[in-house]
Amino acid sequence: MEILKRASAGTMESSDAYVEIEPGNGSIDITLESVVLKQFGDDICHTIQEVLAEQGVTSANVRVIDRGALECVLRARVETAVTRGKGDA
Amino acid sequence: MRRSMLFLPGNNPNMLINGNCLGADAVIFDLEDAVSPDEKDAARILVRNTMRYMDFRGCEIIVRINSIDTPYWKKDIDAILPYRPGLILLPKTGSAADVLEADAYLSQVEEALGLEKNTVGLMPLIETALGVENAFLIASATKRVKALFLGAEDLTADLQCKRTKEGREIEYARTRLVMAARAAGVEVYDTPFTDVNDDEGIVMDAAFAKSLGFSGKASISPRHVEVINRVFSPTLAEIDYAYEVMEAITRAKQQGKGAIALHGKMIDAPIVMRAQRTIAMAEELGLGREEEV
Repeated sequence: MEILKRASAGTMESSDAYVEIEPGNGSIDITLESVVLKQFGDDICHTIQEVLAEQGVTSANVRVIDRGALECVLRARVETAVTRGKGDA
Repeated sequence: MRRSMLFLPGNNPNMLINGNCLGADAVIFDLEDAVSPDEKDAARILVRNTMRYMDFRGCEIIVRINSIDTPYWKKDIDAILPYRPGLILLPKTGSAADVLEADAYLSQVEEALGLEKNTVGLMPLIETALGVENAFLIASATKRVKALFLGAEDLTADLQCKRTKEGREIEYARTRLVMAARAAGVEVYDTPFTDVNDDEGIVMDAAFAKSLGFSGKASISPRHVEVINRVFSPTLAEIDYAYEVMEAITRAKQQGKGAIALHGKMIDAPIVMRAQRTIAMAEELGLGREEEV
């Protein structure tokens, strides 16, 4: 199932991540803002892609504002945004 | 051992991920009152991931799910049960039927996961007048029930009275719950003291709860954890006395005496049981005898 509508999850608070997702044009497009972009940007993008793949998402525009979220938090916020975008929430 | 149990809001990553650093014997990941209805899904996934990926060794995880009259509670159980919370806190438990309904679904999910029945314990949260009146029936409804938990905020709303720091309005509920839990052979935990800035109040409130027979106390603030732990730990004098009791018992047995006295007081079975409990707790906490310290 693909992303049917624009959805978001998470907050801008410390240790959290804010995730926005919307229907894509046939591919995954990730925009990331993070205070640790230089050091962990690739890892964060990899985690986002992994969660999208787990959720069966192959087409979406994803915007993530990371406030120092641990991987388990980032995964939770991406999964929640996907679930809401699919209309499952 | 659960001297202190700290509530942590289920949708707050900063508090959840640091939960095991705050000194509490247990943390309660809250999916109920601390989470707004439109964030229930987010909190459920966040709590599940925290349990899945974080190491909370030395700090038990309890999850307060949503009550059985909501559309959320089964989803809560589905999400968290694979990660085996120490206990599930079941809010607004009013009767044995509520417990049995939750128990039936927990058994179903345990079976689907290949877990033994009753792997995950249940702690009914008693926070209504009906719940207080049915406390023993709730505590003894199923073997899955491991403890009762008093929730005074909702209870006083149900009683249509004001919640005060002195807590006279909940004295009956406190004693009733302790009696019911002990009669059913389960533990019993006291409601949080909600004024986080009253450092004297929390000491008095925790000490009073302990004096009634509560096993521990919940908290909504990390500031209260240290005080609660201290109040619900045996003192060095109590530990010392407990060892003296056990030594006196050993001597009496060696001498073939049936009845013995220590410091002029008869030592009987309840005193020995209390001494054994004190020593067990002291050993768990790594506390020694007074002269050894």
